[in-house]
Amino acid sequence: MSVVIKVDNLSKKFKDFTAVNNLSFTVNKGDVYGFLGQNGAGKSTTIRMLLTLIKPTTGNITIFEKNLQTNRKKILQQTGAVIEKPDLYKYLSAYDNLSIFAKMSGIKSTKLLLMNQLEMVGLAQRAKDKVETFSQGMKQRLGIAVALVHNPDLIILDEPTNGLDPQGITDIRNLILSLSKDRGKTVVVSSHLLSEIELVANRMIIIHNGRKMVEGNVAELLDPSKALIQLQTTDDIFAQQQLQQTKWIQFLQPNTTKLQLVMPKNEVPQLITDLVSKHVQLLSISPMHALENYFLSLTNNPTTHVESAAN
Amino acid sequence: MWNLLQIELFKISKRPRTYIAFIAIAAIVFIFQFAFKADGQSYMDLMLQSVKDDFTFERVKAINGYFMCYIILNTLLIQVPILVALVAADSISGEANMGTLRLMLSKPISRSQIIIVKFIAATIFTLLLLVWMAITALFLSMFIFGVDDMLIFRVKGDESQILQITKDDVMWRYFAAFGYATVALTVIAALALLLSIFAQNSIGPIIATVCIVIVCTIISNINVPIIDNNVKPFLFTSYLVGWKGFFYIATTEDGEPIKGSLENWSAIRNSLFILIGHIVGLVTLSILIFKRKDILS
Repeated sequence: MSVVIKVDNLSKKFKDFTAVNNLSFTVNKGDVYGFLGQNGAGKSTTIRMLLTLIKPTTGNITIFEKNLQTNRKKILQQTGAVIEKPDLYKYLSAYDNLSIFAKMSGIKSTKLLLMNQLEMVGLAQRAKDKVETFSQGMKQRLGIAVALVHNPDLIILDEPTNGLDPQGITDIRNLILSLSKDRGKTVVVSSHLLSEIELVANRMIIIHNGRKMVEGNVAELLDPSKALIQLQTTDDIFAQQQLQQTKWIQFLQPNTTKLQLVMPKNEVPQLITDLVSKHVQLLSISPMHALENYFLSLTNNPTTHVESAAN
Repeated sequence: MWNLLQIELFKISKRPRTYIAFIAIAAIVFIFQFAFKADGQSYMDLMLQSVKDDFTFERVKAINGYFMCYIILNTLLIQVPILVALVAADSISGEANMGTLRLMLSKPISRSQIIIVKFIAATIFTLLLLVWMAITALFLSMFIFGVDDMLIFRVKGDESQILQITKDDVMWRYFAAFGYATVALTVIAALALLLSIFAQNSIGPIIATVCIVIVCTIISNINVPIIDNNVKPFLFTSYLVGWKGFFYIATTEDGEPIKGSLENWSAIRNSLFILIGHIVGLVTLSILIFKRKDILS
């Protein structure tokens, strides 16, 4: 499987504030890659670095096996993006906006192509209307048409469902799935809502405070046979020492202040038995099955730093 | 590049604010023309008060189209920088404000290209403004007031002068003056473009451009030797009214105007070089800054 995006040790500092901190990840061809994090986690900064809007302080970005800094034009010819809300020229029509950005993308667009593109996002009937008369959902759809007008291989969507009604969210979701499955596109989609990513992404990364917390297959992270459990004991340090002498150590999440394990659900009773036999005094054991809980447990803990837990 | 320029001109042409400048110029010109048509002789009497004992103009219809245009340009070319700033200062900041800058920069276009295209578009806008001024202030005035020899009132040192340019020697001077004014106003456009890089909306750069022009104009008008020698030569505002040089006709030792001549061509040429130098400097600086800028809008 070929790698479309490879990010190595990417960092971005704004004066004293580190927005992105030593971030590394890869996106494979055909992936719908979920980029998750709370507001301010560093998602948009990273995406802007992928699009050369922001220069990294350190690190390297390779897209389509080419260095982004030295092959910017070639890479962007194959990339389409919606960055946060899709702001367009409000005083121009949908058709004119699409035509302008098609030209900027370096393609010779025909009326037929542009109308087909508007048809795809359900705006053909409003082609001549000014964007200032559009709802947020219509602008979002037009933004996606702009991102796709030059038929890019890589599509980057930053919070594409922001401000949309439930139908709009479903439409965008279906479009993302169709782009990946039917047209073989690679899609990077960011969101602060895990429920959104769950439904479209096959791989995902969670970032917090600019750092990678976990990267892996969504299916594995969501595997119903696995559980994330959190142990509360009278002496966590002693409990951790005991765990290190057992097979359970492989499930222990590193760099967390709490004792958290991602492990097969059916082995949880055995874990409890073993801990009790090693004189660990358990106060509670809390299972967190849903990805959302997993996400929240990670992001609510500022010291958490998990590297490729389920890669 | 041509595609980008077409896009830029298309966007400018579709923005309502673009036409404010054209409407403002037309309004001012029409007011001038109306006022002079109604009571131009009073103005003429006032201007000639100090020199009428020395000169006679029986054969010259003093208030004619050429003269009117000169009067209008004298007034308008001080205000037009504001109108140029209205569009040029919006170049980058307007895109940032609308959120289209990030979309534009995520396309395979270099940042240098964007600045150059924005600058060319602003220059074309400036040129069109001056063409519009030529149509309304010159050609329309010629139609309304007719043509004759042109009188220029000038204060040189401590004395007032009246220069007389024959009517067949005027038109080329206007073309040259409008050309010079285009270069001068392009400096304002380049300055506004540079300032627009730093802002997220166009109000700031418009105000900043106008403030800089006002401050520099005031400094350019301070007659103190230390400023004359050390500051004024470097201020673009010292050269904004250099277009007048095309109407300062050279004279013989007897004081007779020499047709087709200029009193000080080398001063005009030097002014043009300095203005062009400002343009090159400001655009280069804009490119350098914009290339390094993180787009956070």
